[in-house]
Amino acid sequence: MLGKTAGGLFWMFRYLERCENTARLIDAGWRIALTRLGDGDNEWESIINTAGIRDLYEQKYDDFDGAHAINFLLRDTDNPSSVLSSIGVARSNARLVRTALSAEVWEAVNGYWMAMKAALARPVSDRNLPKVLQEIRNQTAVVRGTLAGTMLRNDIYNFCRLGTFVERADNTARILDVKYYVLLPSASFVGSSMDNTQWENILRSVSAERAFGWLHGGDISAPAVADFLILDKRMPRSLAFCNEKIRGNLEHLQQDYGLRQPCQDFADAICAKYTGRHVDDVFEDGLHEFLEASIRDNQMLASHIENDFRFNG
Amino acid sequence: MDTQSKFFDEMFGGADQPRSPYSRYFDWFESEDPKELRKKSLEAEAFFRRIGITFNVYGQKGADERLIPFDIIPRIISAREWQRLEKGIEQRVRAINAFLHDIYHRQEIVRAGRLPQELIARNAAFEPKMIGVNPPGGVYTHIVGTDLVRTGENEFYVLEDNARTPSGVSYMLENRETMLQMFPELFTKLKVRPVSSYPQSLRRSLADCAPPAFDGDKPVIAVLTPGIHNSAYFEHAFLADQMGAELVEAHDMRIIDGRVAMRTTRGFTPIDVIYRRVDDEYLDPLNFRPDSLLGVPGILDVYKAGGITIANAPGTGIADDKALYSYMPDIIEFYTGEKAILQNVPTWRCSEPDSLKYVLDNLADLVVKEVHGSGGYGMLVGPAASKRELARFEKKLRARPGAYIAQPTLALSTVPIMTKKGLAPRHVDLRPFVLVSPQQVRITPGGLTRVALKEGSLVVNSSQGGGTKDTWVLGD
Repeated sequence: MLGKTAGGLFWMFRYLERCENTARLIDAGWRIALTRLGDGDNEWESIINTAGIRDLYEQKYDDFDGAHAINFLLRDTDNPSSVLSSIGVARSNARLVRTALSAEVWEAVNGYWMAMKAALARPVSDRNLPKVLQEIRNQTAVVRGTLAGTMLRNDIYNFCRLGTFVERADNTARILDVKYYVLLPSASFVGSSMDNTQWENILRSVSAERAFGWLHGGDISAPAVADFLILDKRMPRSLAFCNEKIRGNLEHLQQDYGLRQPCQDFADAICAKYTGRHVDDVFEDGLHEFLEASIRDNQMLASHIENDFRFNG
Repeated sequence: MDTQSKFFDEMFGGADQPRSPYSRYFDWFESEDPKELRKKSLEAEAFFRRIGITFNVYGQKGADERLIPFDIIPRIISAREWQRLEKGIEQRVRAINAFLHDIYHRQEIVRAGRLPQELIARNAAFEPKMIGVNPPGGVYTHIVGTDLVRTGENEFYVLEDNARTPSGVSYMLENRETMLQMFPELFTKLKVRPVSSYPQSLRRSLADCAPPAFDGDKPVIAVLTPGIHNSAYFEHAFLADQMGAELVEAHDMRIIDGRVAMRTTRGFTPIDVIYRRVDDEYLDPLNFRPDSLLGVPGILDVYKAGGITIANAPGTGIADDKALYSYMPDIIEFYTGEKAILQNVPTWRCSEPDSLKYVLDNLADLVVKEVHGSGGYGMLVGPAASKRELARFEKKLRARPGAYIAQPTLALSTVPIMTKKGLAPRHVDLRPFVLVSPQQVRITPGGLTRVALKEGSLVVNSSQGGGTKDTWVLGD
């Protein structure tokens, strides 16, 4: 496979993942805005922070009004992480690597893009927002389904998966990092309604509120949430899960190519940070520092992968 | 305008009387609900959008990807008609390859006084770096798209030979795919010859021309594209995909140990045959245009040393040069010893003073083309032009007569298209696709029928608002 093609697949799936994550953030923010009793738009502020686009946002708006934030996250092409921008980049990468994709995957991505262009041609009203978010979830599911159902399990598939999990790990770490103060056992907010809203926000923005409830019952505590999203290998968006997947896909490439790459040592080292680790140790070393290091590691790993497999020459 | 008296209608002989190739189709058509058929037209468009068969339009700012409009009424050619076309095309393509070999070696045709020396020597399409070069397998034009127009029952003309990098074959294949999905029952009623083996034939033809340096068991084939913004990018990706070849851009390649190698996730792999969809001048910045970012520096030297096969060979443009076009009947006779089976359109070479005078006197009745133009850009259709356009073209002609040729406005045949008011005749042309290997010439039974969607228009180019039709060659 061409290095360029591998890079195209990797970025295509990063952007598809980003698209989904952005939509999920909007969903979380919107639900919280609906259930909030007090005033102020601080939820949207923290969501803009989480998406890592605060600077761009502030160039355009000087408030955190819900309509502004939703529009910026959903359809503003000045925002490279908006749903509309992300699906555009994903689709343009898909065009670039079309020879590596099954017809079904290509049509699913192209259909996704067409649906978004139609749905996001004009600002989305509150009334239509749930429908649009539902559409995004459905389209994402179609792409994921065609990938799982029609692609050979070879190096092409591995690069798709690497993109997905690199992006997802980055996303989960960012969500936690922006909210890390909620998880700190400083106790001042514990038990307050503000606290519950924040929990819900975190769990909902990774679509994990039900899964968490299942595993932990009513026991919502800071260590439990942090453990769930950082160390729990059953949770498909946790840092440990994503990094195991990255390592697995790299191992697959090693078997396929008969060559071990330097990025694998790096991936192994990252996984070792999660394995057998107790969440109390994480808090002891500083949650914020831990998450910052994770985001950095993840970026480094991505650039190792890029070099080892000659994405750019 | 009464079109029936002036133009040959391929479907109807008289008032609503279908000609024989169309008779079965017409029976079916008559039994269908017109409303349902129009609905099918819309379905076809949605289908094309979904699978992403789009092209980019040059010169339009912020232009989106566009669809080439597809018409659901097929163009049907009888077995007998096709046989004659096939013979004529094969003869022409063989002559072109013999001509190219000659022109880059001994130039017998010039020595024999059948072709003026300056037409070669002063022609930008002639590539001096190809003199004495022997392409692997002796093939110059691996892929040809011969443009044909019809003016009567048995009158076909070759409009252009397209021996460089003809495009459109993906539309031939996808149009058929669309028709099969929409009207499967029709294909059980009529014996339509399939076109779907084209990608495999292309692969085989290219593989049969592997270079001397090839030493594996399966030649590595790659399609070279200028990139995602090229108007034909869809087709490049489509062909690479269908052939199981890599789709490469210039920056994916590097010359290593006398081979052109592509950068893969496992390291560099040598390419044996490259089907390039990049023009000669951009192919190799060391040998041609130094500012080209679309080419591989030194690929021509690798080619000459037998390290790679380039399809089509550099320098083939001399064979479809519009200035040489008028000599094609002589060229065919010179190399095959036979009279040309397919006619050439009468052509005035504006470089000749008498011809120029005639052209200027009759500009409003003629079609004037740039010798080096393509895609319908920079062309004048006299009968459709305004006084102002005519005056502007007259100036151009006087300034650079050698850059133009002129031809009579041909009475292009029509095939009906589906409109809101039912069937309506529109002008068409035909581009069959020809593959040349050292062993044989393969012509896919069918081709791309382009249709001018505007009533009365004679310009079928997609860049100028033309559409396409599926082309059916009948089996008996």
